[in-house]
Amino acid sequence: MADTMQFDLVAPERMVHSASATAVTIPAAEGDMTAMPGHAPLIATLRPGVVTVMTDGKSEEFVVTGGFAEVSATAAALLAEEAMPKSEVTADFLNEKIAHAEKLVGGAEPGPQAALLGQQLNDFMGLKSRLGL
Amino acid sequence: MPSLKDLKTRIDSVKSTRKITSAMKLVAAAKLKRAQDAAEAGRPYADRMNAVMANLASSAKNSPTAPKLLVGTGSDKVHLLIVATAERGLCGGFNSSIVKLARERIRSLLADGKTVKILTVGKKGREQLLRDYEELLIDHVDLSGAKRIGYEHAREVSEKVMNLFSAGEFDVCWLFFNKFQSVISQIPTESQLIPAQFDAPEGEDAKGAGASYEYEPEEDLILADLLPRSIATQIFTALLENAASEQGARMAAMDNATRNAGDMINKLTLVYNRTRQAAITKELIEIISGAEAL
Repeated sequence: MADTMQFDLVAPERMVHSASATAVTIPAAEGDMTAMPGHAPLIATLRPGVVTVMTDGKSEEFVVTGGFAEVSATAAALLAEEAMPKSEVTADFLNEKIAHAEKLVGGAEPGPQAALLGQQLNDFMGLKSRLGL
Repeated sequence: MPSLKDLKTRIDSVKSTRKITSAMKLVAAAKLKRAQDAAEAGRPYADRMNAVMANLASSAKNSPTAPKLLVGTGSDKVHLLIVATAERGLCGGFNSSIVKLARERIRSLLADGKTVKILTVGKKGREQLLRDYEELLIDHVDLSGAKRIGYEHAREVSEKVMNLFSAGEFDVCWLFFNKFQSVISQIPTESQLIPAQFDAPEGEDAKGAGASYEYEPEEDLILADLLPRSIATQIFTALLENAASEQGARMAAMDNATRNAGDMINKLTLVYNRTRQAAITKELIEIISGAEAL
């Protein structure tokens, strides 16, 4: 079995990153997961979080705000709503996201939808503290 | 017969028009390049999205809990038409060709006794549709402030559409835009957004992907999450195609205008020279006949 997999991080407006990776950590909706070559075919939705790509012992990190991932034995494709290298993320960007999420939570009626929005808000907060911004 | 001075003014004014049109052509060419690049860059996302959706949709279509976005509301009484045009004119038949296609569709829908609602994107299409179908226009998205088309514009449009759909405002949704073929040819296109239709993936990719995926969370939830995204993506692709088409159409139109201005200057210069020659000849005759009379 090959020891690398094709990794593509795609945003609607551009291809953010494409490389052959040995492992990819994905912030999936129900918890982080790491996909390695030979992974079973999987489609998962993403929560706001950090994607880590391992290539030749080096790792690169990207921030995504949502979307979904398509993983197969030989490739992992992340279709993110917004994606950028971790170094380009600013506190302003996250604060804006958090403010937007707070507004949505405030306006939502109680129910599964509100829980979902609350979860998203938490994810953004978590992301912010993780990045130390 | 116009005087020499009139002709001179006329020639000067056509010359400055030519300068403007040729500058606009150059600007359009530069913008076209950028728009094409943007359309190119957006393709991987749209292609993958489409492939995944086609996969999910084919397995979910027969399930009784399939989302309404995919299978429709079970009626086709009310149609929503999204007409995407440009914010600016001076681009040949670009705007009119989209509006013409939309008009045909509106007429045939109305003739079948359906209700039609129109959502316009871009000022020019709205202006044209306002004349005949003012009461059908329900909403408008303004892109005039946008320097370039971003995903957030598509999301704005798709949010409006989703809100209308969940409020039960329409059953079927169509999208009208110009598909970019080349600088001289843009194809007015209509595509059905809701109920969603996906081209079956072709070739070996499709077989390899199959229905053997695992889903996290469940398939239904993923589908419900992805359908709105996929609609936004389709709108985004259409807006990008539209932007490229607009610049292409403008470039062709301005190229034509520049050429026409050149032709006109040549013609006017000819008339100017003839008139000047005639005036000189006339003066000479006057002098000679005056001298002879002495």
